[in-house]
Amino acid sequence: MNGYNFAYLDEQTKRMIRRALLKAVAIPGHQVPFGSREMPLPYGWGTGGIQVTASVLGAGDTLKVIDQGADDTTNAVSIRRFFARTAGVATTTDTAEATIIQTRHRIPEKQLREDQIIVYQVPQPEPLSKLEPSRAETRRMHALAEYGSMHVRLYEDITRFGHVAISYDYPVMVNRRYLMAPSPIPAFDNPKMHMMPALQLFGAGREKRIYAIPPYTDVRSLDFDDHPFRTTRAPQCCALCGADDSYLDEVVTDDQGGRMFVCSDTDHCESRQAEGHTGTGEPITREAAE
Amino acid sequence: MNEDTLLSARGLTLHFGKVPALVNVDADLWPGEVLAVVGESGSGKTTLLNVLSGRMRADAGVTWYRDPQSRLHDVHAMPAPALRALHRSDWGFVHQNPRDNLRMSVSAGGNVGERLMAAGQRHYGNIREAAIDWLAQVEIDPARVDDMPRTFSGGMLQRLQIARTLVTHPRLVFMDEPTGGLDVSVQARLLDLIRSLVARLNIAVVLVTHDLAVARLLAHRIMVMQRGVVVETGLTDKVLDDPQHEYTQLLVSSVLQA
Repeated sequence: MNGYNFAYLDEQTKRMIRRALLKAVAIPGHQVPFGSREMPLPYGWGTGGIQVTASVLGAGDTLKVIDQGADDTTNAVSIRRFFARTAGVATTTDTAEATIIQTRHRIPEKQLREDQIIVYQVPQPEPLSKLEPSRAETRRMHALAEYGSMHVRLYEDITRFGHVAISYDYPVMVNRRYLMAPSPIPAFDNPKMHMMPALQLFGAGREKRIYAIPPYTDVRSLDFDDHPFRTTRAPQCCALCGADDSYLDEVVTDDQGGRMFVCSDTDHCESRQAEGHTGTGEPITREAAE
Repeated sequence: MNEDTLLSARGLTLHFGKVPALVNVDADLWPGEVLAVVGESGSGKTTLLNVLSGRMRADAGVTWYRDPQSRLHDVHAMPAPALRALHRSDWGFVHQNPRDNLRMSVSAGGNVGERLMAAGQRHYGNIREAAIDWLAQVEIDPARVDDMPRTFSGGMLQRLQIARTLVTHPRLVFMDEPTGGLDVSVQARLLDLIRSLVARLNIAVVLVTHDLAVARLLAHRIMVMQRGVVVETGLTDKVLDDPQHEYTQLLVSSVLQA
């Protein structure tokens, strides 16, 4: 596209981001500050992720962008089109075909491979932010690996609700050293980060932080010995493809309490349907749900 | 430094601009001993506490701490991680205002359990059991383990802070006016509690207070400070019954005899 450098950012900026990425990969889970640029989309829409993607994107790459697992939502469509226009790269909705996947709030159901990179959009990179408002202090806590207070939060949840009630952005220990916010992916996706063959990169544009998990890295969700980490999902099957092991979205279908549970990963759902799997196709009524 | 001294300071000196806060202060503390530091406000009591606990640096002088393996550590030369670890495990700090130390948005049990979790305990049941046990020890109804500290009275907050501090069985606790701001009957109960806990658990305490009655009740030894200088030191009863320095005499005579 005329008037723009390849993938929108200028080469010096990309070099700066790549240096931060190298450092982040070298220290798994550690937040590296970087000079976040203004991007042509608002903060909170993936300015961090889009800068990381722009820096790792090559002319031969195939890009997939998902938002809450879906390829067809506004955010995903506009970021995909942005790179199609500014970099001229091929885009896809097929998880297996993509070499770079930029994601907001989900990890694809399909197991990722060594030749793939997944880029997360991160609103709040600091896992301790709700416990300790001072950034100077949280940096010190990371440096000294003082993470006892994070367990106080889990303790409070178990005390009040009988289980840990953190359903998304569930804190993880990376490589047994750094506490990390996995971005607001559901806790359901946390086990997928453990020993993932693909490179995982995290970009927080407003907070100006980059961090990473190299392939095959130990990633553990925090828990207590007598309250081990457990994933939860809606206890239904997908209404379109019948999957009973995927993460489901609840879609309200009328104002009578009717709703449908469908896979949040649209590519996963469509490929299953293409293989001949079907669900009921019907919304469930309020009575059936209760 | 003696063979079994727990904490030992020599020649501590600190000036805030032209104001002398500490002038050549020496102090020794033995295991299980309660040392009271008394004096009027501005005499350097709290500064001494902060310097002894490594929270503040002196201009000159040295502070030694003997760990359970009998190794000596220069408190001010210790690396920050080691000093913070010490504050989380072997040492405790009781503030005058319990709100400075407690997490007000976390239940009483969570507050007591935090030091255990920081020390690496990862068993919810055990942490909760320890928290309930400690609430009972500081005379808080164990049924209130899940209540928020904001629903507690001032005296209960102070007792909760003590439970939170003592849960890791520290050997040395620094107390800064632990009974300040409480009414007299609550003070008496709290003093009684501190005295029995300290005796039972054999904890050494550096206690800062301006209240001679508190010092009389709790302390084995007493240090009297005036304008950063230790003017008199000795056994509590000896100093209070037979004060030698004129400032101590003034201090003792200014207390209403009940």
